[in-house]
Amino acid sequence: MSEDIIALLKENVIQGRRTKDDEGIDENMAGTPGVLELTQLALEKKISAETIITQALTAGMQVVGDKFTKKEYFIPDMLASAEAVGGAMDILKPYLEASDVATKGKFIIATVKGDIHDIGKNIVSILLKGAGYEVNDLGTDVPTERIVGIVGEYKPDFLGLSALLTTTMVVMGEIIEALKESGLRDKVKVLIGGAAVSDEYAQEIGADAYCVDGFHAVKVLDAFKEEKA
Amino acid sequence: MPREGILVHTPYERMTNEQVLQVHQASIQILNEPGLISFNREATEIFHSNGAEVASVSSSDNPCWLVKIPEELVLHALDSAPKTVKLGARNKDNSLVMNGEEPRVFFVSGSETNIWLDVDFQPYVKKSDPNIEVMVPEFHPRRGTVLDLCQAAHLCEHLETLDAFIRPVNIQDKDITEDNKDVNKFFASLNNTTKHVMAGLTSLKQLDNVVNMAKLIAGGGEELKENPIISFITCLVKSPLQFVEDTTQTLIEICRRGLPIVVSSSPQAGTTAPIKEGGIMAQINAEVLAGVTLSQLVSKGTPVLYGSVPVRARLDNLSDSYGAPESSQYNIDCVQMARFYKLPCYSTAGVCDTKTPGMQTSVERLFSDILVTLSGPQYLHCAYGLLDGNSTFCLLQAVLDDAHFQMIKFFLRPPRVSQAEIDDTLKQIREVVATPQKLYIRYIRPMLRSGQLSMPYPFEGDGETDNVLALAYERMKQLLSQPVEHIDPATTSRVFQEIPGILSRLNVYEERKEQ
Repeated sequence: MSEDIIALLKENVIQGRRTKDDEGIDENMAGTPGVLELTQLALEKKISAETIITQALTAGMQVVGDKFTKKEYFIPDMLASAEAVGGAMDILKPYLEASDVATKGKFIIATVKGDIHDIGKNIVSILLKGAGYEVNDLGTDVPTERIVGIVGEYKPDFLGLSALLTTTMVVMGEIIEALKESGLRDKVKVLIGGAAVSDEYAQEIGADAYCVDGFHAVKVLDAFKEEKA
Repeated sequence: MPREGILVHTPYERMTNEQVLQVHQASIQILNEPGLISFNREATEIFHSNGAEVASVSSSDNPCWLVKIPEELVLHALDSAPKTVKLGARNKDNSLVMNGEEPRVFFVSGSETNIWLDVDFQPYVKKSDPNIEVMVPEFHPRRGTVLDLCQAAHLCEHLETLDAFIRPVNIQDKDITEDNKDVNKFFASLNNTTKHVMAGLTSLKQLDNVVNMAKLIAGGGEELKENPIISFITCLVKSPLQFVEDTTQTLIEICRRGLPIVVSSSPQAGTTAPIKEGGIMAQINAEVLAGVTLSQLVSKGTPVLYGSVPVRARLDNLSDSYGAPESSQYNIDCVQMARFYKLPCYSTAGVCDTKTPGMQTSVERLFSDILVTLSGPQYLHCAYGLLDGNSTFCLLQAVLDDAHFQMIKFFLRPPRVSQAEIDDTLKQIREVVATPQKLYIRYIRPMLRSGQLSMPYPFEGDGETDNVLALAYERMKQLLSQPVEHIDPATTSRVFQEIPGILSRLNVYEERKEQ
């Protein structure tokens, strides 16, 4: 029975079905339980949060990633699956805390002061949450002081900064300087992304990495995690 | 069910109704004064016996007549010419039904090029950094053969957007002569595509052999009438305003056999037609009307297409400049004239001035492909694979063209705006605005899987690399590896027994035995 639920949950992650109302990719799935309903059901059946994450959610996302690499899936498919997994993680959060199972890490993301563009940032949030990170999205046009304050208070493992404009990308460097001044720079990995920036720019301002897109961001964070381990 | 083509809901037209009428009236005047010079005795007699004024203008060794065609003859012909023409196909699902008043476009290959362009890819190494190697296409022109024509038909069978096949290669094998060329080109085409096959006739002596072969393949004479798997193009008019002796006779004989025919004229603005738009339009329209009139005088009700291949002269060498924007203007005007007469229109697009696939080729081709398609001709010779005007055919280019027509067809889908769509979308907007991410991406998926969204350009390279030609080449090889449905063995056997002159190497069943 447990295996059935886990297999079904994994399949629904692959199908990108957050709830029973979603269609998925295969026909005639609408109306059957999606990832959120199945996660709830798995918990009721006393399946551990860790089992749900590793054998269903992460395993399903692995298949989704492979399909995307093979160009069988498109970005909307990846995002649908990631959104579904993100929703499941919200359900599992209290169980994880109670059972002392840690997430993959805390991630804060913001579009910097003066910039209101957020499509890329939002996609990064969805994908990282789907990949098992605890994501705190601060939104757009976020003042430097607020970002620094939340880094001090929330103690994230990673800080993602986004800027689309050449006029606002300079703020990223200011944030890194502000982190240094507050003694926080060594406590957090800073990643930057957005149309205006590049690998070279990341090096120039002293960021830890430049992420081309959300998928790259997942890989970069995973690599940092492995490095740490 | 016949092929659907693509319906242009609001066709692009350049001329006002008043201008269309002016062109029509000018053409009627031209047919009466100065009239046409006819080098064909029978056509002259047909016109004369139906009331046209005829006068001999012969020189001692070249008999010809001035034929002045009265307006009534033209108007009667326009009345009797069918407004709907069906072109059949071996696979009936590939037949085309064209209505002169409905701007439903079918995309077709053509013309008869002498040069076949082979392609292969060779490695080139960067001088300053020998570690860098790229694959570069090399093009090798040579004379086309009957097996090339088989391959062209094979590829075109698998090109999704191509609705009918006009033979694109002139077969120039050593054992091809004027006496066996027609049966071989029609058989090579029919045996390698189940789509409609159209071609010109090289020798009138071969017409009955070709028609008899088509009857065998279609299943009989009545079956061929009901499902005309072949049709013909005739350029009976040499611009300006001359009925050519042999092609005019060909038109007469084809009309007598009741098969569909394109009456085509291809004047060149600046040399064989006036350079001004109104001038070339008045002349080409007069030339086509003269051919349509003759077709109906020979046999009332002959299915006929208004054929237009107007082109502007290049001013550096006076060759045809298909890439010139004016050529598209003339073609679009002709489509409008055909629609005015409610006749299905054979039009031209996609021919380019360049000799090999590349950027200029794509620009020139797409320019006219898009514009002329938007005007809504029923039968669009859009030059799949053609290069260097009408001189060269290249399979790789045909594959690229197919991708471009997929984009054009997608673009021409009707607008998806309805109250139900709007209501559904308003619901989405309200839902999305209430979410933190504010993204509509989740709503893409049902549309993505049901084919409602266009796909990326199929020959897109990775990163900054332009791999278009190499990827199209791979696609070409893939399409050629797919089988085609040949004519069945029993019919093939009868064709080889009863139709003289077909080369034995075209018999796929005998070839297999030998292997």
